[in-house]
Amino acid sequence: MSVRMEKVGDSGLQLPLVNMTPGALLARLALLLIVVLWTLPTFGLFISSFRDKDLLSFSGWWTALSVTERGEAARTGTDEDQVEENGAWFIRGEVFQPGEKEIQAFGIRSTEPEVYAPGESADLGDGVTLTVQADGRYELRSPVEFDMSRGRRIYFRAAVPPKFTLANYGEVVASEGVDQAFINTFTVTIPSTIIPIAIAAFAAYAFSWTEFPGRQLLFAVVVGLLVVPLQMSLIPLLRFYNQVSHILPFFEAKSYPGIWLAHTGFGLPLAIFLLRNYIAGLPKEIIESARIDGASHFQTFTRLILPLSMPALASFAIFQFLWVWNDLLVALVFLSKDLDQIVMTSQLRELLGSRGDNWEILTSSAFVSIVVPLIVFFALQRYFVRGLLAGSVKGG
Amino acid sequence: MERLINAIVAIVFGVGLMLLYFYGSNWLLDRLLPDRGLVDGVFQSREKQRERIRPWLFVAPALVILGIYLVYPALQTLFLSFFDSDGEAFVGLANYGRALGDSRFLESIRNNILWLLVVPSFSVVFGLLIAVLADRVSWGNIAKSLIFMPMAISFVGASVIWKFVYAINPDIGFLNAIYTSGGNEAVDVLQIPFWNSFFLMAILVWIQTGFAMVLLSAALRGVPEETLEAARIDGANEVQTFFRIMVPQIMGTIFVVWTTIVITVLKVFDIVLAMTNGNWNTQVMANLMFDQMFRAFDTGYASFLALVIMVAVVPIMVVNIRRMNREEAMR
Repeated sequence: MSVRMEKVGDSGLQLPLVNMTPGALLARLALLLIVVLWTLPTFGLFISSFRDKDLLSFSGWWTALSVTERGEAARTGTDEDQVEENGAWFIRGEVFQPGEKEIQAFGIRSTEPEVYAPGESADLGDGVTLTVQADGRYELRSPVEFDMSRGRRIYFRAAVPPKFTLANYGEVVASEGVDQAFINTFTVTIPSTIIPIAIAAFAAYAFSWTEFPGRQLLFAVVVGLLVVPLQMSLIPLLRFYNQVSHILPFFEAKSYPGIWLAHTGFGLPLAIFLLRNYIAGLPKEIIESARIDGASHFQTFTRLILPLSMPALASFAIFQFLWVWNDLLVALVFLSKDLDQIVMTSQLRELLGSRGDNWEILTSSAFVSIVVPLIVFFALQRYFVRGLLAGSVKGG
Repeated sequence: MERLINAIVAIVFGVGLMLLYFYGSNWLLDRLLPDRGLVDGVFQSREKQRERIRPWLFVAPALVILGIYLVYPALQTLFLSFFDSDGEAFVGLANYGRALGDSRFLESIRNNILWLLVVPSFSVVFGLLIAVLADRVSWGNIAKSLIFMPMAISFVGASVIWKFVYAINPDIGFLNAIYTSGGNEAVDVLQIPFWNSFFLMAILVWIQTGFAMVLLSAALRGVPEETLEAARIDGANEVQTFFRIMVPQIMGTIFVVWTTIVITVLKVFDIVLAMTNGNWNTQVMANLMFDQMFRAFDTGYASFLALVIMVAVVPIMVVNIRRMNREEAMR
């Protein structure tokens, strides 16, 4: 997106906001509201993916920076832990690691979990008292020896400070196979981007600068194929792949070459159409002078046309890269869901089904899957916009 | 590490094979039809013959792949729509007749129509609004980048993002957090009859608005400054200038954006699959087709559904391609 110069008002120097008409102020606020609304969902996901697993399901991401308060319960030690001091028996311990949280209030019954302040002693009857400190230490005191095989319940409300961690990412990489899916996606995406571009560029050159019978007709057919939604191709291709895999032992129905060629086929009409428009628009004189100097069509193409077409090739490359990276349908049809073939989008959909409540896993895997497109997007936005404008016909 | 090496080997192999074809076939052509050199004192070149064959070397891969991956399957799908679930026995128009009595099919049609009404119109209106507003502020480009960003995210990724927003637990879902703070009971918006589809549509609007904004913003810059100036001098206010001058001038682009989003909507699949899988009456055509193909294994009926999508898409595509060609010719 190109930068547009702000127009300077007639009055020369203007103070922002102060000199603004109510309408202009309203317009700004409206835009700000829309931007916030549009960014919030992604932002929430991003923040959540770094939050502690326990906190994630306990307080909204919008409270991530503030202290969370929550009710918890713990058990004291048993009579095995007791010590005798000055004629009384004590059981001491901690309800959580020191420094992790801070106790605000505690109680001894689930119906009254917050009746005592930290440091106060709760009377448990028969002279037994329980004292809980703010840092989580407790002390159970009894005039006679304890005889209990299970600890007493302590209910408390604790303040949990904000906590951010990379543990969620570690977990999805270690146990959910996300790292493998990430590599698989690259294995699908890179050839599925390069192969159609090369094939389309050669064809586009032939359609614009060479003579052969049927040239116009064939090009018209290629453009006509733009209208075929890829849904039309899936069933026959699946049957076709299965048949071929029965005949040829080395060809598997679900394989990387299989999906590369499928993406190539689905991307070709648009690629040829766009690249032909660009290559046919290159100056005639350059191409003709090269031909007169004795260059073959192959030399003209590789040494002259390819370098000149780089902007168009880059635009389409980005468009196709994002399209393939983000695709789910083609991957579901042409790849298995086994670990060595599953792609990120497919993996994410599986996780949505199987780990629908494990938000620490979902948020971090989702972010792993969208980080590459986002980098491509912010780094190459100009080309992306151009590719998108041109490629809009492909739709979904 | 080993997995990474495997991946790199596969990539090099795939791309290399394709390059080998182009370089190899052209090298072979030069070898098979070399210049004859001096014959009777005259240099005899066979360049003409070579250059007559070479274009075919260039277009052959494209034509073969298009034939296998688009032409043959499209015809085959048409063919299969007249056959039974195994694609073995001819059943005539049975699949077509079955659709009329299939409540899932009718539900998909109804939902697709709703999607078609809601998504393109909201995307275009928001896109246009943002394009106009962003051109008036200094941070307009940042605003546009942020609104455009969802366009780079996969539909599945977007589904996770929004499932998070819609989550029923008010400590996770932002929407329910707002809703319950007013004293209401938390709701699962994906299960509200009829309105749940609209919560799915919101996701696509969220994605497509950026697309509409970029195209419309480019078109708005094409409106001549003099025209706008003239309107202002004649006493038109901002709103009048917008509706009477700017909008009519960019009608062509609005049409392109609208139709492009219509096509995206007709093929929408990932969002429904990931969010509800068509449950609670949110089924749409493309997901129903996928369902019939991979869960019911009904080739005939799935082919018929693919055909329905094709029939809906073709007229719009034809209009759009014509338009693109016309603009190309004017350039």
